[in-house]
Amino acid sequence: MIELNVMLCKGCSYCIKFCPKKILELGTDRNKFGHFYPHLTDEAKCISCGICATICPEGAIELPEKEKEEQ
Amino acid sequence: MAVYKRPATLKKNPSGFCPGCMHSLSTKIIAEVVDEMGQKDNCLHIVPVGCSTLNLVYWQGDILGAAHGRAPAVATGFKRTNPERLVFAYQGDGDLAAIGLAEIMGAANRGENFTVIFFNNQTYGMTGGQMAPTTLIGQKTTTTRYGRDAETTGYPMKMCELLATLEAPAFVARYALNTPKGVMEAKKAIRKGFEIQMAGKGFSFIELLGNCPTNWGMTPLQTLEYMESNTIPYFKPGVYKDKYKDEVK
Repeated sequence: MIELNVMLCKGCSYCIKFCPKKILELGTDRNKFGHFYPHLTDEAKCISCGICATICPEGAIELPEKEKEEQ
Repeated sequence: MAVYKRPATLKKNPSGFCPGCMHSLSTKIIAEVVDEMGQKDNCLHIVPVGCSTLNLVYWQGDILGAAHGRAPAVATGFKRTNPERLVFAYQGDGDLAAIGLAEIMGAANRGENFTVIFFNNQTYGMTGGQMAPTTLIGQKTTTTRYGRDAETTGYPMKMCELLATLEAPAFVARYALNTPKGVMEAKKAIRKGFEIQMAGKGFSFIELLGNCPTNWGMTPLQTLEYMESNTIPYFKPGVYKDKYKDEVK
């Protein structure tokens, strides 16, 4: 799953356009600098492909290591 | 270890670029390559005048400001005295293709052992969106208000094709940053350029096609479509010269 650094986001929406699962959406909240930022609409559908992180101009999206599923 | 982490070569503050500007995207991929190659403390980033100067407050590492268009001249001097360092100049199109045309042609013709990364957004971004030599025919800017006219202002300059005709450059390539695929290809090309430099094989030049949402008067998403339908058909992405294609690294 992705992690968004809200303070770095400038709301360009590139991640929303290229998300293959179409689960990113621009929210109504603004960060400290006045930019809208996206959020995941369905966290379970995220496949951690990293396309949003690749296209993000600011490097605001990171992919942390996948946590091992508890058995 | 994270799957994808923001490069350590960038500072933790937001960049000074406008929302959706691909300057920050290209800076990010350069930083990723520098991190991957473990050259963070060994590299020197040369910035001339233009929006690329905003990297002064964004780049975590050695950085050197040059006069307008003269980054290849400064890089020549620095690289000749410090051959072990990774040196690259990051220039915009107004800077490289207009005011610094003599310097880039000279450095490329001498086959100087450094890398030039050329960010082409077809306008002078910092000074308010005037026409650059790379502005497309019919494109509106603040100095070509009815669209660029070839009769009075000539045609957009293709730097990659121009430099590929010279004998000395080792690697000349162009990629567009408007899709994730283009970003990945550009990153690979930058890495190749840096590897050629570190192996002492000569001059490498990578052109990155970008946008300028503020001065084009579009939203960031509209610029992606504009690039797809106007910029890319004229400035065709690809490798224009690769001297060491057949050599296995």
